[in-house]
Amino acid sequence: MTQVSDGQPLHISLGLTDQEYERIQQILGREPNRAELAMYSVMWSEHCSYKSSRIHLKNLPSEGPHVMVGPGEGAGVIDVDGVAVAFRIESHNHPSFVEPVQGASTGIGGVVRDVVSMGARPIALLDPLRFGPLPGDAEADASAERNRWLTAGVVSGISSYGNCIGVPTVGGETKFERSYSGNPLVNVMCVGVVPDGKIMLARAPGPGNAVLLLGSTTGRDGIGGVSVLASASFDESAETKRPSVQVGDPFTEKLLIEGSLSLIDKGLIVGIQDLGGAGLCCAASESAARAGTGMQVDLDKVPLRETGMQPFEILTSESQERMLVIVKPDLVKTAVEECERLGLRATRIGEVTDTGRLVATMGGEVVADVPAESLGDGPVYDRPYAAPAARPDPGPPAGSAPSPQEALLRLMGSANIASKRWVWEQYDYQVQLGTVVGPGRDAAVLRIPGTDARVAVVADGNGRYCELDPNLGARHSVAEAYRNLSTMGAEPVAVTNCLNFGNPEIPEVMWQFVEAVKGMGEACRTLETPIIGGNVSFYNQTMDEAIYPTPVIGMVGVVPAGVTSPAPGFVREDDAVAVLGVTAQELGGSEYERTVLGRVAGTPPALDLQAESNVGWLMREAIARGLISAAHDVSEGGLGVTLAEMCIHDGWGVELTHGCELDAPSWLFSESASRVVVGLAFQDMAELRDLAQNLGVSVQELGWVKGRSLFVQDVINVKVGDLTEAHETGFARLMGQ
Amino acid sequence: MTPNVGVVVFPGSNCDRDAHWSFGLMGAKVRYLWHLETDLSELDAVVLPGGFAYGDYLRVGAMAAYSPVMEAVKEFAASGKFVLGVCNGFQVLCEAGLLPGALRRNDTLRFRCMPVRVRVETQDTAFTTGMWPGQVLAIPIAHFDGNYYCTQECVEQLEAERRVAFRYCDREGELTEESNPNGSVGHIAGVFNEHRNVLGMMPHPERAVDPVVGGTDGRLILTSLLSSIASAASRVPSP
Repeated sequence: MTQVSDGQPLHISLGLTDQEYERIQQILGREPNRAELAMYSVMWSEHCSYKSSRIHLKNLPSEGPHVMVGPGEGAGVIDVDGVAVAFRIESHNHPSFVEPVQGASTGIGGVVRDVVSMGARPIALLDPLRFGPLPGDAEADASAERNRWLTAGVVSGISSYGNCIGVPTVGGETKFERSYSGNPLVNVMCVGVVPDGKIMLARAPGPGNAVLLLGSTTGRDGIGGVSVLASASFDESAETKRPSVQVGDPFTEKLLIEGSLSLIDKGLIVGIQDLGGAGLCCAASESAARAGTGMQVDLDKVPLRETGMQPFEILTSESQERMLVIVKPDLVKTAVEECERLGLRATRIGEVTDTGRLVATMGGEVVADVPAESLGDGPVYDRPYAAPAARPDPGPPAGSAPSPQEALLRLMGSANIASKRWVWEQYDYQVQLGTVVGPGRDAAVLRIPGTDARVAVVADGNGRYCELDPNLGARHSVAEAYRNLSTMGAEPVAVTNCLNFGNPEIPEVMWQFVEAVKGMGEACRTLETPIIGGNVSFYNQTMDEAIYPTPVIGMVGVVPAGVTSPAPGFVREDDAVAVLGVTAQELGGSEYERTVLGRVAGTPPALDLQAESNVGWLMREAIARGLISAAHDVSEGGLGVTLAEMCIHDGWGVELTHGCELDAPSWLFSESASRVVVGLAFQDMAELRDLAQNLGVSVQELGWVKGRSLFVQDVINVKVGDLTEAHETGFARLMGQ
Repeated sequence: MTPNVGVVVFPGSNCDRDAHWSFGLMGAKVRYLWHLETDLSELDAVVLPGGFAYGDYLRVGAMAAYSPVMEAVKEFAASGKFVLGVCNGFQVLCEAGLLPGALRRNDTLRFRCMPVRVRVETQDTAFTTGMWPGQVLAIPIAHFDGNYYCTQECVEQLEAERRVAFRYCDREGELTEESNPNGSVGHIAGVFNEHRNVLGMMPHPERAVDPVVGGTDGRLILTSLLSSIASAASRVPSP
């Protein structure tokens, strides 16, 4: 057993347990050498092997009529009116905490390559982000300044990388909660379209075929990134982990996208896989194992960016912007020439074999020889889990609550509700000319290039709800994504998920995970939105403090031909204003309680998935019939914030009556589920009511569009201009600008 | 007569496909021009699209200015044919010396993607025939380095020679401080060369040709250019 200087066995410092080490010995029938041990350590890391999550994920629904490729590939693929649409979500949480600009940049690079490796041209990015509270926020703490720096850095990283590669960033979320101070979340979703349905798979078929490495040179950056950074919690030494963060080069990524797609288009390759976590050893072993072949790789051929690199470094380096492709021998010359024409490096580094083994040589000697399949066939753990002790009830809030009007104005300018224009104006959301509905809306709508087909895309998550009840919170996350798409008139089709949790070795964290997966599965089954891929990110914690459990749902839907998404706010004076769904006294976990009352407690709103489905059907049908002029779902901040945002859209006011038994704050700020506010012509009200009655959905008429103030009789009378001012300037102020 | 338009593709260009599509939609015959190509003989106009040519490493547009295609574009422009540079293309034209001035970092020190308004300053050019001076166009921007700068002397010369194409303005055409998105001197959003056959502009007209995405004001620039080419061709008798 190799020892390292501090007396700790090497496998332990690489993150492997004694049992795992023994299993490696059994597989090889001998002691692994240094390179082999490094390969197993990264491939069997939590990040690559899903060893703690796999037994739970297998219960998620993954099949449906639109699904062309399900979980387990670079990205899932669905059929949208005959067009193959690939999408995937990934996390780059830990690298972004250590170095926000590069961490966020390379997060984009990775998920874009996943989508390209399916043969798809990326058409959109979405960035769900979570940070600790900013200075001036109700929850601001000692980390507030650092949180601001992280926020600015991550946004700048997304901006510089995403804009450069020419993929529009059309959506996402930017939210702030106390629990993310020690561990922000940087998730990225990428959507792509496969031209002519030529879906590629990550396979290395045909012994004798050549293995080519495309793109950047290989350096020492990111060695052990998946094991050192992604599969361990942070302690005080976070700064020392900076060398494990990779550095992005978006220009090379752009060349890699064009080069890969050109090779596929010209039929020059038979397999392709990107080099992401665990680098070359992952791409080589996975693609060989999937095809039931083996692979021989000559490490002397790998173009390096520094001298003296050891075999284990070359095999596990996570240098960015690289892709592995499999080429028939007689096409190698043509493929290399095509890459050279495009300014992309392409190097033949090995060949496919029939041995079932991944063999690496260097200096004429074998430096690693392992069964290819064994690297991907890591341990599977059924980790113990246990519900945490009940949260102590913090009791009623200390201070007195402000008036509903004051509370609304405060919410409109608060970190989670204020317009994120400051963020998304830094993203090129228009390039490729497909962005029909861009950022700042319930969901984005994209026209698929060369067709009239449209997809709606959204990313949603609610960590605070999941902290209070992970099962219910996860169901809410799915339901809200579903509602957002329905509000655009889109039929939800499929889901990719990014499951961000703390340390799975802690039973209470594992319990959160197990419950969230159960809730998500139930919601996706009921709403008929199968999960076709995703990512699990554990160890999101610093010291003892885990993040709020945060499953993020990326959902894609189809906008039927001829359907135009309604405006997100009121556009016509004298239209009726109505709310679909029932408002109840449900302030637990609400934005109002967090931001105005300074309290995170209680139970999130109840959720009836069938009712959610019915409201979705109603919205889609009413929009398809052209009844709806304005629609916006009710979520964070309740009815009050939804109405205010709908007024802000075009400057119209409303005259409403509160008209129910709830007290004003509950009516305004409860986050009861499955609700949408709509604007429509009065003469269309009857038709909407008829439709709603058939589906058992409640419709409450609140009033009409009128004037330039948001007026609720006896409760609120505020100028729309004041709401706009709060909403538009709030975030820049929190960012110190 | 169908105008022949070439869209230059540098490694790192990313609005080349959009420009191709938009000019095609407006009736041009369009082809891509890879950065190594030097034969522009059959073309009537060349478009330098937006993006990050050669990664914009060193300085925006700096490396692209020395690419083989730019040598040909210089001769092409000298022969009186039309060149349109948009965003990164504008930056390349400045670096190549085909247009005066330079594009610096936005004064906000952030990338900005947003719809803006520009005022048409000069009507009697091939790119602006379909417009009237003072007309306000809504065209999006998306850049980090769009802060146009040249010396005061140069600004005065541009104004005297009416070579300012567009200025950032508000809805009413006023040059308010808020309407200048990047700190450009004199609110300048686009300039012509001395012979007015080369136009560089930061806003993206090719992103405003379709009512479903981005509006249609950009069409005016594209169609002005294409109709100018067509009418010039009809005036010159074939040999």
